[in-house]
Amino acid sequence: MSRRTDALQGSLDLLVLKILSRRSRLHGYAIMSAIQEISADVLRVEEGSLYPALHRMEESGWVRAEWVTKENGRRARVYQLTTAGKKQVGTEESRWKAVAAAVNRVLLEA
Amino acid sequence: MSMWRRVTNLFRIKQVNNEIEEELQSHFDEALAQGRDPDEARRAFGSPLRHREASRDARLITWLDALRADAIFGLRQLRKNKITSLAAVLSLALAIGSCMAAFRLIDAVLLRPLPVANADHLYEVSRHGVFNNQSFTYNAWSYPLFQAMRVAVKDQAELLAVSNTEPEDLTYKSDQEMERAQVQYVCGWMLPTLGLRPKLGRLLSESDNLHPGAHPYAVLSQGYWEHRFGEDPKIVGRTFRMDERVYEIVGVVDGEFTGTEPGTMVDIFVPVMMHPGVSANDWSWHRTLAILKLGAAVEPLRAKLEAVSRAFEEQRMNGATAGMPKEQRDAFLNQQVLLEPAASGASQLRTDTRRPLTILCVLVVLVLLIACANVANLMTAQASSRARELALRVSIGGGRWRLVQLVLVQSACLAFLAAALGALLAWWAAPFVVGMINPPDNPARLLLPADWRVVGFGLAIALAVTLLFGLLPALRASTVNPATALKGGEDAHARQRLMHGLIGVQVAFCFLVLFVAGLFVTTFERLSHESTGFSGDCVLVVDTVTKQAQPLAYWNQLLDQLRHRQGIEAVGMSDAPLLGGGNWSNFISVDGLPPNGVIAYMRRVSPGWIDALKIPLLDGRDFLPRDSQPGSALVNQAFANAYFHGKSPVGRTFEIVFSGNFRLRFQAVGMVGDVRYEELRQPLVPQVYVPFRILGEKGEVRDVGGADLVVRTTSTNPLVLSQFLRDEIPQVRPEFRVSRIRTQLEINQSHTVRERLLATLAVFFSVVALLLAGVGLYGVLHYYVLQRQREIGIRIVVGAGIANIARIVTVDVFIALVGGSAAGLTLGIASARFMASLFYQVKATDPPMLIVPTLVLIAVAILAAIPAVIRASRIDPASMLRVE
Repeated sequence: MSRRTDALQGSLDLLVLKILSRRSRLHGYAIMSAIQEISADVLRVEEGSLYPALHRMEESGWVRAEWVTKENGRRARVYQLTTAGKKQVGTEESRWKAVAAAVNRVLLEA
Repeated sequence: MSMWRRVTNLFRIKQVNNEIEEELQSHFDEALAQGRDPDEARRAFGSPLRHREASRDARLITWLDALRADAIFGLRQLRKNKITSLAAVLSLALAIGSCMAAFRLIDAVLLRPLPVANADHLYEVSRHGVFNNQSFTYNAWSYPLFQAMRVAVKDQAELLAVSNTEPEDLTYKSDQEMERAQVQYVCGWMLPTLGLRPKLGRLLSESDNLHPGAHPYAVLSQGYWEHRFGEDPKIVGRTFRMDERVYEIVGVVDGEFTGTEPGTMVDIFVPVMMHPGVSANDWSWHRTLAILKLGAAVEPLRAKLEAVSRAFEEQRMNGATAGMPKEQRDAFLNQQVLLEPAASGASQLRTDTRRPLTILCVLVVLVLLIACANVANLMTAQASSRARELALRVSIGGGRWRLVQLVLVQSACLAFLAAALGALLAWWAAPFVVGMINPPDNPARLLLPADWRVVGFGLAIALAVTLLFGLLPALRASTVNPATALKGGEDAHARQRLMHGLIGVQVAFCFLVLFVAGLFVTTFERLSHESTGFSGDCVLVVDTVTKQAQPLAYWNQLLDQLRHRQGIEAVGMSDAPLLGGGNWSNFISVDGLPPNGVIAYMRRVSPGWIDALKIPLLDGRDFLPRDSQPGSALVNQAFANAYFHGKSPVGRTFEIVFSGNFRLRFQAVGMVGDVRYEELRQPLVPQVYVPFRILGEKGEVRDVGGADLVVRTTSTNPLVLSQFLRDEIPQVRPEFRVSRIRTQLEINQSHTVRERLLATLAVFFSVVALLLAGVGLYGVLHYYVLQRQREIGIRIVVGAGIANIARIVTVDVFIALVGGSAAGLTLGIASARFMASLFYQVKATDPPMLIVPTLVLIAVAILAAIPAVIRASRIDPASMLRVE
């Protein structure tokens, strides 16, 4: 497994929030798959870190979780954004842009 | 997730863990469903344990979780050392319970604000003066003076007139069904001014305050309405008769307001205008309370009240001055007016018990400190046996702070268990002590709710106690050095120094408690054995009343009839019983000279009264039925000393000087022995006894409306006659009725109630303190011997005798004992000054007061040391050394 995740660490929240803002009520595996799919396999979320991140965001009140029963009879925990979470997407996004711009400037001028 | 959820999650940890588990499991299932290799998926996922921990921390409050774990561990530790823990919990519970009970009492009597709208603007107006070199504070006022003051300070404050609450006889039906209720005379505007509302009907108002005797209306307190009338909704309009007058109930007060006197609960409020003394300018009978208006300052108001009071008294004394020595007159006029906050009310109980309650409070805190020292010692000893465990915790990475928390949490478990037990004790003890405050026939009634104030106090005490006894052992535990502790050798000396220091502190406090108890017990002993000058044994005091005043001849007939009944030895009557209240005093003029300033105290008595009380007749004769007032008088020895240079005044004449220099002439027909008049503590005062036969202006004999019959019975338990008297007296004359029967001894004992209460509580607390100190001492010595087993074993091998061993074991503790006693003694003598007014014929520096506590402490110390010494001397050197 590639070790590109480090660069992603700080932006994991952003990615998860962004995914959830497009498609609501996803469970953990679906969120992970979505990130991987959309980034064309470039970004791979370290699977284990996803759940602590989700639980942390749930504790911060950005996402809300509920248990649903799937077709196969098993339960899954699905997540959706709260109002606070929707605001947070914007905040995280602009912070990411600021960081990316800063990194780009360093790359250009160095 | 909300904070609340995180807290509640603590109590469903298992479920939280399961949920996390299930979610991670469903992740795998999904991965497998997508066709991934199980091993690869597991590897990609990483350590499930770590992720679970991380998720768990997000969903819980970690420190609270740790706290929970510590609490469980602490409780387990307590369970492991059952005996020690039980001793600790019980001793702490006793101390905390006493503290809470004392707080409930102090809160109810001194602190709790009255349930009225403007309690914090409420002040009591009283007067302070110095007479015959003694300073007095009076809170009684006459109503005309009150009115003058009210008008004068109208802009700054509203004044309230409130009588003392007295138990009164009244009836809702016939005269045969008299009952007692607590009645208070209040000015009409009092209830509305205090922001109170009627639950039913109306309250008294300004219009009930217009003409003396013209407003026979009454308002009931809610509590009385509830328990006497079962919340009868038709109560308004009902009537009752009290003192020959019929009152109409016009309303019920809403809420728990029961008057402004903590200690008594008013049942019925009636207007001051119905009080017989409302127009008299020389009858002081009510308290004055002031409600300051917004922005009004205390000092100008006080000055104004003082000016009005002085002007009024000056006016009143005009004409009376001839009968009064100048310095008396000045002392009287120079009284200072005091204005003191009375947010929690004003009552005799408050005045009487403020100091005793404060002392009680100090004793209780001392006992609590002793208990804390005890528990701290037990915990320290226990911590030494846990040194290895703590060292292990440090070595595997437990932080110092976590260790402090661990030990503190265990202390807290102990403290809260003890507080819960203590609360039960306080629940029972506080009403029990209240029951002891007043004489049994008129017990103090206090609101003792267990509300947030009490609960808050209990929690605060539990917390304080945790810190007091937990902090030192906790900090000590946290400094554990794993290297030495795990090797088994640890410096025990520092720990022993701490324990001995605590023993010293315990001994000092214990000494103080014993010392104070000794003083109170001696005071009670001396006071209750104080000679009264008369014999109260076998004597009943029968408070007899009539509907209307009856001719004296009828009263004499009653006395004659009773005198010849079986079981009755002698009968007399007086206007009030000796030591039973009722104070009537005047100046005396001999040979027409101005009074010499000594006050004589009066009592109206019948012929045969001195025989019934076995008061010795020193000279002359007793009253005869023909003696009348003015005319004949009996005087006592102190009277002869004060006005006749100690010579018998029999046959001589003197004048009683009333206010306005109005004089009545008397001839002394007899001289009797001195008796206590009003107070046991007072010196014997000059007394004049005058006959019941009062001649009016036209020479007619006045009727008598009520008197206290003094009945000497032949039985040692005079109360067996009480039912007979209740039945017999109305038979002699149907107009007569018995209101109340007491024994004279009961009246005498009511003067030592406070002393008995203090002595009982002080003895109780000394026993507790001694017990705790003894247990503490025993525990420390026991630990000490355990620690030094090896050394003692070696000493025995090389030939040390039992005396030697005993010395080694006890010497340090003995030093702590001596140091503690010395400190306690110093504290005791210093503090005795604040209690001196409560002592009677005993001083803190009396040698027995100091020697007895010392001896008791030494005895307890020896008792506590014996088991440890025996244990030390029985150490078997062979087996001891083999273990090593």
